Amino acid sequence: MNWQLLPQFAVTGLLAGGPLALTALGLVLVFKSTYIFNFAYGQMLLLGALFTWWFAVDRGLPLWLAVILALIMSALLGLVIERLALRPMTGQPLLAIIVMTLGLSLVLQGLALVFFGGVQRNFPQIFSAANPYKLTTPFIYNGQNIIIILKQNLVWSFVIAILAVLIISAFFKFTRVGLAMRGASEDHELAQSTGLRINRMFALSWAMAGIVATVAGVLLATSSGLDMSLSVFVLYAFPVVLLGGLDSIPGVIVGGLIIGLSQGVVSASKVPLIRSMSEIMPYIVLLLVLLIKPEGLFGQKRIERV
Amino acid sequence: MAILRPAGEFDTSYASDMETIRRRWQWVLLVVFLLALYTLPFYASQSWVALANRIGITIIAVQGLNLLTGYTGQISLGQAAFMLVGGYISALLVNNLGWSFLITLPIAGLGAGLIGLFFGLPSLRVKGFYLAMSTLAAQFIIPWFIRNTFPEIFNGAQGLNVQVPVLFGIEFNTPQRYIYLTLTVLIITTVVAYNVTRSRMGRAFVAIRDHDLAAELLGVNPFKYKLQAFFLASVFAGLAGALSAHQIRHINSETFNLIDSVFLLGMLIIGGLGSNLGPIFGAIVVGLLLEGATLFGPLFSEIFPSTAAGAVQAMRPLFFGTTLTLFLIFEPRGLAHRWQIFKAAWRLRPFSH
Repeated sequence: MNWQLLPQFAVTGLLAGGPLALTALGLVLVFKSTYIFNFAYGQMLLLGALFTWWFAVDRGLPLWLAVILALIMSALLGLVIERLALRPMTGQPLLAIIVMTLGLSLVLQGLALVFFGGVQRNFPQIFSAANPYKLTTPFIYNGQNIIIILKQNLVWSFVIAILAVLIISAFFKFTRVGLAMRGASEDHELAQSTGLRINRMFALSWAMAGIVATVAGVLLATSSGLDMSLSVFVLYAFPVVLLGGLDSIPGVIVGGLIIGLSQGVVSASKVPLIRSMSEIMPYIVLLLVLLIKPEGLFGQKRIERV
Repeated sequence: MAILRPAGEFDTSYASDMETIRRRWQWVLLVVFLLALYTLPFYASQSWVALANRIGITIIAVQGLNLLTGYTGQISLGQAAFMLVGGYISALLVNNLGWSFLITLPIAGLGAGLIGLFFGLPSLRVKGFYLAMSTLAAQFIIPWFIRNTFPEIFNGAQGLNVQVPVLFGIEFNTPQRYIYLTLTVLIITTVVAYNVTRSRMGRAFVAIRDHDLAAELLGVNPFKYKLQAFFLASVFAGLAGALSAHQIRHINSETFNLIDSVFLLGMLIIGGLGSNLGPIFGAIVVGLLLEGATLFGPLFSEIFPSTAAGAVQAMRPLFFGTTLTLFLIFEPRGLAHRWQIFKAAWRLRPFSH
């Protein structure tokens, strides 16, 4: 273990957990209300970022307007996906629904390539790359306090991501629509019999997932650039969702932070092999979760054991 | 679907009840069909034979997935990772130890099967979506292992150049020659898959798929049969991976990736889950479709000039994804089901029911 670098990597990892949590939130939103795990989410995230890029760079609109337009576009995309692809699948076996979202991910990937092409793009910098924050820690190494350097985009992405998660949980807790969505997620038939329009709830949660995907996509693209591999990031959010619990919104924050931290800590190692483990850390955590506590930290115990 | 037979045809012994090929003309048809397959290099061009090679190898992998997902109902997103295992095992044994492909091929299958058994262990505890997630972990951990451990053996991310297999003094270095290897393995796996599904094991698989608790109450041990299904699926994947590695003559940790796993699963759905014809139909139709997409790509980049070079690689996921989603909505039981309906209609002609 490289003790000098450990605080730096641990904090960076924790901060990287913010966007992970936000990405996971979009998955939880859809799963909570529809019991569909959305494998096409990575491509929704990619398309959200591409929409923003198109409005902001290609059309030359101001960034705030571009983001708002992209949010509207991706909410519509979510609605279209729900209506055309997943509503016909209601009542189909789990395998068919999983393969449907996998197939959708391929369709969206293809569409993104057709309309935008697979080139690397310069995404507008939202946060300045210069002047990183410096933080002096109480840890002492070689007689000096260890200083942590934090890039602005990392810090602000984290703040925005956590804020977005809190806003969505407040929405579920305090608004009428949020309450209705929670009710619908408890039991589809029961909710329908009390007069909730369940199809509308499903559509709404897909639209919200589209919006969350775009926010996450913009945050990621502004710090790491925009190309087709942006969708791969979501693969690291799957373990976050399972760790936090598939239907738990607070769970995504805890899950995101734990996964981010585990990746950061592993990267501080002196052994190259352990350092390279940072790319599979999420999936090692996933296997542990599945073996020890399959419903996740905060999820409802609804798993059918074999 | 009831088995329809012409009037007056009865089984008079247990042996004839178990027969797969019942009539003399069926034997004739089979022999003619096999001859047509084996003489493919004599009347088809090189590119078609190469395509047939790729499709044949894919069929083997999809057959394995069919045993696991179609018959046993365990969703796997890691089939391509086990192809990687098989490919590497055979490549390493042939390259470093100079063993014959005849020996390394079964070893590749068995090795992949054992690794598959390991990643099938979570199926004892979780099922459905959670199991899909744990097989997804295989898809990450196996390539990572190959990339980062034992660089002197696996050669890291660069991968290995694989030697051409030499059997009985013949170098299988062209598609026209390689097709004989592919076809032979394919015929063996088809027979194995077919016989597994109509044996005790296959019936146990179906019982677990249809209702695992009920199956357990009937005396079917779900743990045992689930692990057997994982083992078989990975053996098939390992064989396919080894064949593919020796054909492409190169393998690295990205040769078979998550997208390939998704494609294999999609081919199975398009062909028909839980049917022995399904993998064959699915792999052939999708293989031809993807070939068409590649042909269609340059044309498409003329229509949409903005896409530039991206159009060609965009066509494959777009075509495949669209076909898959349409099949799921309109024909979820796949082409094999359509074929059954067609056969029944033909037998009952001119009556419609």
